[in-house]
Amino acid sequence: MGSDKLTLNIDGRKCKGVPGQTILEVAREYGIKIPTLCYHEALTPTGSCRVCVVEVTMGRRTRTMASCVTPIEEGMKVITDSKQLRSVRRMVVALLEARCADLEVIKEAAKEVGLRKNPFPKETEDCFLCGMCVRACQEIVGVGAIGFAHRGPESEVIPPFSVESSICIGCGTCATICPARTFTLEKVFRRRSMHTTGGKRDIFRCTVCENHYTGT
Amino acid sequence: MATTTRLASVADLDALRKRLSKARDPKAVSISICAGTGCRAHGSMELFEEFRRQLAELGIKDVDVRATGCHGFCERGPLVVIFPKKIFYHGVKVKHVSEIIEKTIKKGEVVETLLYKDPVSGELDLVEDEVPFYAKQQRIVFRNNGKIDPTSIEDYIAVGGYAALGKALTKMKPAEIISEVKKAGLRGRGGAGFPTGVKWELCHKQPSDEKYIICNGDEGDPGAFMDRSIMEGDPHAVLEGMTIGAFAIGAGKGFIYVRAEYPLAVSNLACALEQSRELGLLGENILGSGFDFDINIVRGAGAFVCGEETALMASVEGREGRPRPRPPFPVVSGLWGKPTNINNVETWVNVPPIVEKGSKWYASLGTKKSKGTKVFSLVGKVKNTGLIEVQMGTTLREIVYEIGGGILKDKELKAVQTGGPSGGCIPTHLIDVPVDFEELAKAGSIMGSGGLIVMDEDTCMVDVARYFVEFLEEESCGKCTPCREGVRRMREILTRICDGEGRRGDIELLEELATAIKEASLCGLGSTAPNPVLTTLNYFRDEYKAHIYDKRCPAKVCKALIIYRVVAEKCTGCQRCVRACPVNAISGPRSQPHNLDQKKCIKCGACWEVCRFDAIAGDAIYVE
Repeated sequence: MGSDKLTLNIDGRKCKGVPGQTILEVAREYGIKIPTLCYHEALTPTGSCRVCVVEVTMGRRTRTMASCVTPIEEGMKVITDSKQLRSVRRMVVALLEARCADLEVIKEAAKEVGLRKNPFPKETEDCFLCGMCVRACQEIVGVGAIGFAHRGPESEVIPPFSVESSICIGCGTCATICPARTFTLEKVFRRRSMHTTGGKRDIFRCTVCENHYTGT
Repeated sequence: MATTTRLASVADLDALRKRLSKARDPKAVSISICAGTGCRAHGSMELFEEFRRQLAELGIKDVDVRATGCHGFCERGPLVVIFPKKIFYHGVKVKHVSEIIEKTIKKGEVVETLLYKDPVSGELDLVEDEVPFYAKQQRIVFRNNGKIDPTSIEDYIAVGGYAALGKALTKMKPAEIISEVKKAGLRGRGGAGFPTGVKWELCHKQPSDEKYIICNGDEGDPGAFMDRSIMEGDPHAVLEGMTIGAFAIGAGKGFIYVRAEYPLAVSNLACALEQSRELGLLGENILGSGFDFDINIVRGAGAFVCGEETALMASVEGREGRPRPRPPFPVVSGLWGKPTNINNVETWVNVPPIVEKGSKWYASLGTKKSKGTKVFSLVGKVKNTGLIEVQMGTTLREIVYEIGGGILKDKELKAVQTGGPSGGCIPTHLIDVPVDFEELAKAGSIMGSGGLIVMDEDTCMVDVARYFVEFLEEESCGKCTPCREGVRRMREILTRICDGEGRRGDIELLEELATAIKEASLCGLGSTAPNPVLTTLNYFRDEYKAHIYDKRCPAKVCKALIIYRVVAEKCTGCQRCVRACPVNAISGPRSQPHNLDQKKCIKCGACWEVCRFDAIAGDAIYVE
């Protein structure tokens, strides 16, 4: 690890971090709370939900950036809470709540950012596209059985061509990590894997190629 | 066609150029036919074949017939220019070929019926440069379009092509080239206007065993065809610019990302690559300099978002075309994690002239902060649509009224939309704004890649905003919340306003939503997506209010808000509208005022268009 620490200012506090750390990581170390929805410690951050936006000033330039993906720099000035930021976060959560009105995780986020009235008509989608399952399947399991398909509002997480995946090992990591509880184990086994029964399976790791596989 | 062997040095290249130019008498008569996509659609390739056939039949061998790149004046295609006098014929059909050969080629006379008539002065313009559409233009990027056959490297070399590359490789050091480009003040033509030299320097300084350069030809704005015409009409200029850039940056491999929907661009580029490799202008040890470089074409599947650099790189790598957060910037970590320099097609094509003529010359063109020229595709309700190249700092008025010839049917100008779907609408009172990066930004719009859509008084600005937002909704990749969900909600609100169901508070909600999308989106597509809404709200707020509160569409565009009725005092009962109505909503005997059944009316406006007596007046009404 690099021994040279970087100094930055978060909400008026002097904070130190190592190169490569993100603003969110440093802020959490110092107990500064920034709301997140698509962030998970075990996964590469993608900066897709945009709830964790903060105001970052470097030199003369101030920009709104996602704290989970922005690496810290020496002399950076960060503001995690302002009227503008609160309004932007409320709007982002309102948009998610309008899409997935029934999800507990979104309801909690709405409470956290102080969203009272949602100006948009509500829908009851069961997935808010945080992509944790996709990343977990790729990064932790090393399989990549599911991915994003389509574009824009039609985006969804599916195995390629919605065909039962032949590489899914049925480990259920996607279900475990899903913050919306969209993927339950039943769903994973029924829809997304080669297995049609919800039976318990053991996972092995091949000693040659190091890929996972299931056995009975 | 190329029979020449590899060029081993710049001297070889110069010798080849001398030989080629000697064989071409500048005073000889030649025929240049526009074979850009627009003129091709009007049958210019048949014209080309017909000229060749008839000349062969007549045994005329010393007249060159050339199918060239886009001439720009697409409105009047197919275009034919007869060199050396540059006699300009427009709207040429196959039936005119024999007359042109008989009169112009054989006798040097002019076919007057095919000349361009200046709509203002009524005079006939003989020469291409005199036509007002061209007179105001300055062509650097389009220096060769219309002069050379894009599929012939000999043509390109004969007009001075690859001379800049020779100079760069033998007489300049990479740092010198970068410094020249910096001093020239060239800024990225893809839209953001980042200084090209600075970007090159950043990439040049990155320590890495491997670097890449990319030419971004993923032009996706509705109504934009600048990059397309360059790649189709002068592909070697793109390759030359890229090779010089690669040498300056220290890249060994280049990619041209071009839309698969541009088949002619793809085939002309592929042909140019083949020819360059054959002559040793690409590949190993280019012109004996020891510099190795090659270029691959990557065809994009047509996603608008792939014009964003990080999404483009993901697509080149074979992953889904979705942007990723920056930093790291591509110059630090781009393709496969290596330093990568991305520039737009037009930017690359600007490089050879800068290297050849020097930064001083280039920096003398344009405004204080925006140098050189800019290519625009001028479309919409303007008389002369087409492709134009003007010096930076030319005003919108000059572009619309002098080059564009004014508004169709001499109606009133309402706004000029610049910068593509995520640009903004500039209203009439700002028409004297000089076109450069800063001035357009001040007016709330962007330069973008160079789309200019002219709108007349019959354009509803709410409807325009809705149209662009709808486009952006379809093209949003879906990765980040504000763009995926927010743009869709913006479209819902705008649609509701156009449908006459706008509510109190919608304008404020639009503004709040637009700010959130602008601030919080991940990439440039999202953060500029609210622009059409914000600029129209800024300049045409009254129109929004009329829709929401008065349930009225001032431009008479939004169908839900207009009603057609027959004005009994004026109707002569001629029955034209009765025949025109597709749903039989109008009835009535001859010579008596007709009846229009509102229940049946689908508001297509056919009656309004055919009525000769102003008896059908499309007029907005108050609902409450």
